[in-house]
Amino acid sequence: MNKNILLCGVGGQGIVLTSKLTASCAMKKGMQIMSAETIGMAQKGGSVFSFLRIGKNIYCPMFGKKQADIIIAFEPAEAVRMLPYLREGGTIIVNTRPIMPVTAALKASSYNGTEMLDYLKKYTDNIITVDGDKVCRELGSPKVLNMIMLSEAIKSGILPFTIDDAVEAMKHNVKQQFIELNEKALRHNF
Amino acid sequence: MHKEFLMGNAAISRGAVAAGLNVISGYPGTPSTEVLETTAKINNGSIYVEWSVNEKAALELGAGAAYCGARSMVTMKQVGLNVASDPLMSLAYIGVKGGMVIMVADDPGPISSQTEQDTRHFAAFSKLPCFDPSSVQEAYDMIQEAFEYSEEYHTPVLFRPTTRVCHGYASIDVKDESEYIKNIPEGFVKDSSKWVIFPRLSYNAHLNIEKRNSELSDIFSEYKRNMIIPPSDTSCHKGIASHGISFTYVQEAFTDKDAPKILKISTPFPFPEKLAVEFLNGLDEVLCIEELDPVIERELTYVCGKYHLSTKIIGKLTGNVKNAGENTCDSVADNIAEFMEWDKKINSDIPTTPELPVRPPVLCAGCPHRASFYAVKQAMKGKKSVFCGDIGCYTLGNAMPLDMVDTCLCMGAGVNITQGIGKIEPDTSCFAFVGDSTFFASAITGVVNAVYNQADMTLIVLDNSTTAMTGHQPHPGTGRTMMGQIVDKVNIEAVLRGIGLKTVETVNPLELDKAIDTVKRISAEKGVKSIIFKSPCAVLIKSQKPFVIDSNKCINCKKCINSLGCPGIIISDSNVRIDESLCTGCGLCSQVCPVNAIGGEQNE
Repeated sequence: MNKNILLCGVGGQGIVLTSKLTASCAMKKGMQIMSAETIGMAQKGGSVFSFLRIGKNIYCPMFGKKQADIIIAFEPAEAVRMLPYLREGGTIIVNTRPIMPVTAALKASSYNGTEMLDYLKKYTDNIITVDGDKVCRELGSPKVLNMIMLSEAIKSGILPFTIDDAVEAMKHNVKQQFIELNEKALRHNF
Repeated sequence: MHKEFLMGNAAISRGAVAAGLNVISGYPGTPSTEVLETTAKINNGSIYVEWSVNEKAALELGAGAAYCGARSMVTMKQVGLNVASDPLMSLAYIGVKGGMVIMVADDPGPISSQTEQDTRHFAAFSKLPCFDPSSVQEAYDMIQEAFEYSEEYHTPVLFRPTTRVCHGYASIDVKDESEYIKNIPEGFVKDSSKWVIFPRLSYNAHLNIEKRNSELSDIFSEYKRNMIIPPSDTSCHKGIASHGISFTYVQEAFTDKDAPKILKISTPFPFPEKLAVEFLNGLDEVLCIEELDPVIERELTYVCGKYHLSTKIIGKLTGNVKNAGENTCDSVADNIAEFMEWDKKINSDIPTTPELPVRPPVLCAGCPHRASFYAVKQAMKGKKSVFCGDIGCYTLGNAMPLDMVDTCLCMGAGVNITQGIGKIEPDTSCFAFVGDSTFFASAITGVVNAVYNQADMTLIVLDNSTTAMTGHQPHPGTGRTMMGQIVDKVNIEAVLRGIGLKTVETVNPLELDKAIDTVKRISAEKGVKSIIFKSPCAVLIKSQKPFVIDSNKCINCKKCINSLGCPGIIISDSNVRIDESLCTGCGLCSQVCPVNAIGGEQNE
């Protein structure tokens, strides 16, 4: 039961940690994992991705186009950018809040994400949209978007582990004072 | 043995520690940095860990330790080896006593480098054995074997992973601490006929090196990581030769198809010639899938000539594989489909996307470099000037709207490029911008050269008290070491005065008016003079309260956006707004606003 997972978004959204948690959940289940992600200069405000592969007979950490079982997109335009990686029948989970690039401010462009969401809805069969901002507000912190996205991905049933596995992994990977808030975010729709 | 989920660079570090590492030194550079950082993190105090001032110093230190029988590792990125090439070339003749591995990470793409140079050439040039791992697990195992070979043959060896191995993660088998080798160095044994390089020694060493490498070629033909994978379709007379991460892309391409004969090369130098002959036997055509340069392709072509084989070798040299950039699963699958004459895949039917926002890397919100560049730009407005940049975060000062980097070449080059431009264009105000880490790494000698040879230029040192670009490593100006000591800082201003600069002033660039005045005043002086713009990296300090724009005062002129390009200032519903989640409260924009609409707490 191999799974190809792709996380994408903008630097600073907590994608790398989400990738780590997903990997450590799979590790715990004794599965083989490989992953690769954007590192370094591109991280701050740039497009960030993380490829994750779980299962048997995988040779390299990144996979080709049309091979992702699930794309977890933290930003609408980044979802569109990585859409060519989604396999036929794959699922895409997308946070609806757009993030302006600096270039948009300079060019005074009016990128607002709607066009991207329309595109995604038109060309994908299994799309789950998440109003991450709203859930963050309900939970009282803008910093739990990554937990909310992971929570949605687990709820979709595509990831081979449970929300309890994710909570357990989170406890080993975040500072003590943030555990309670993160657990609340992970369990918010369970 | 147990399983761990590790980054390639962490695996390399862990492997080296398991092999009895005593000393590790290096200079940070993507994608190599995490090897040394991981070692510092897991160090129980028995390993000497150092971020050296540059790669040359690091390699010399590693050599000295290996002379004593220590196992040493030196880490750098590919362009770092250019800096370390002087000691490297000579050390190849002298050799070592303890195992010494020079870990040089190559960067196909390039993703974060100036060049796509291939360290496998450096191996052949310096005549040093080279190891090229293809996965995280293999990197872990191979680094330990590299130490064994190095010690057995008394020679430093190169270990050359590429970005996707360095920064890939995998769950791998690692040794328990009880299985680690413990290496106790014997100490330095004096022998001037061995450790002092002279022409006579070099002549003899050269003979020995050639003899050894010829033997190593045979030994590497038996090395288990160089291998021939027999074809699943025995009627196929085609073959594929590959290496590194590209080898795994080749494996992926054949997961659900019959594979031809495959050759995997893990020691590009000395090339395992016997194994190559065995591979080529019976093949009509071989496709070489490589990243960076066609090293294997040339070797196989040579082997075909030497042994009168009629096998056709194709790859980059024949235009079948692209000559630049990194390979991907998809690009390799395409190369293989064409070679195997598979039916063409129907092209991706993904419809045209809406215009996607471009997200180039930019200086962070609150970055003091933005203020420094803006101050110089304002001070020199309308005057003929040239701004020579250097390597670091501040290379990003080239982006619009700052547009303040006219040249950038390699570490420390900006100082003497500025000198050269000034010699040809004496009527131009010439500026060299250099960061603090780059200053220590390789700009000091350039300043000596410029001062002594009567250059006219302004040296701007952008001192954010860290090596920011590669993830905040300490350097001689920071006052801490990788062994956790707090030490005396090397003072940049004192260094410059010691060299002989009469004018050196240190200014906080975030005090904009003062910064502009200082540039105006000092740049008008003759000779080499310097301004040190000192303000800590915004990522390392606690942010101040975010600033806010008073919408009643804002006239929507967008001067803040168009002159600074700070990611913290955005347009939302046609109004200029500050993104509180990004703003660090540096206050630069408030000093640029013509109507004082931007303020700190007083606006609340």
